[in-house]
Amino acid sequence: MKIGVVTFPGSNCDYDCYKAVQEVLGADAVYLWHKEHDLQGVDAVFLPGGFSYGDYLRAGAIAAHSPIMREVIAFATEGGTVAGVCNGFQILCEAGLLPGALIRNRSLKFRSRPVHLRVEQSAPPFTSAYRVGQVLRSVPIAHGEGCYAADEHVLDGLEAEGRVVFRYCDVDGGVTAEANPNGSARGIAGIVNTAGNVLGMMPHPERAVDPLLGSTDGRGLFRSLADHLVRA
Amino acid sequence: MTDFRVEVRVTPRRGILDPQGKAVGGALASLGFAGVTEVHVGRLIVFTLAAESTEQARERADAMCRQLLANPVTEDYDVRVAEGEGSGR
Repeated sequence: MKIGVVTFPGSNCDYDCYKAVQEVLGADAVYLWHKEHDLQGVDAVFLPGGFSYGDYLRAGAIAAHSPIMREVIAFATEGGTVAGVCNGFQILCEAGLLPGALIRNRSLKFRSRPVHLRVEQSAPPFTSAYRVGQVLRSVPIAHGEGCYAADEHVLDGLEAEGRVVFRYCDVDGGVTAEANPNGSARGIAGIVNTAGNVLGMMPHPERAVDPLLGSTDGRGLFRSLADHLVRA
Repeated sequence: MTDFRVEVRVTPRRGILDPQGKAVGGALASLGFAGVTEVHVGRLIVFTLAAESTEQARERADAMCRQLLANPVTEDYDVRVAEGEGSGR
């Protein structure tokens, strides 16, 4: 099993992803440089958090058109497994692999803190190790532009097709305005594409994989992925 | 080929939450500027474009907006093309 972690200029969670892949998945991890055109035969791709290209123009907008992203888009279109976390989610939306956009937090504040997430779908490749309704405790967020926005009919479609994977919630799993750190529509923290092989989420599961980090509830995402890739 | 000065004005799409605009409106009100409503913060992109005609320049600028300069999910854009000038600010 080999997982690629894309590094853009300004990525800052690439090593966290790399470590999580190695330690939780027990898989080989390789860095994929943004200027490359070779995915090196990886089984899945992670787009990490950070501030690719300084967030110039719009968060993720420049990265979405970088050389490596052409390959990632082709890989995803053929059914390859791709996960984008934080800036990675923004890039996937800008690249058109996921619907909607991430705009400035409603509070206008950069939010850096642990949040709770309610699992809305238990399915491969990303969430089979979780159960629906499970609350993932203390998964970190760190973003200024994480307010998920899309047209009402797009939001309705996401809900109807079961493509909302995670929602911000309180410690008991209640999806409330107080538990929503950025003003995201319908408390959405993570979604998948129509085929289910592309995930975008603002919270950082790779920073919740060890008791030393304050939470291990992110491990399930990596375990789900490992399970899926072993079966494939 | 002629040089055209292209201005692309990008603004938050109507109906999309614009917290920046709201914050600026609030700050103006607190400074005592009465009667200010509907404040929006966008961005202005200016460049020089070599093209055969104004129409061609406009078409190409429009394609740039659709592919990169604006996000159709959250933003509206407006393209203005003028001959000559270059990209002087």
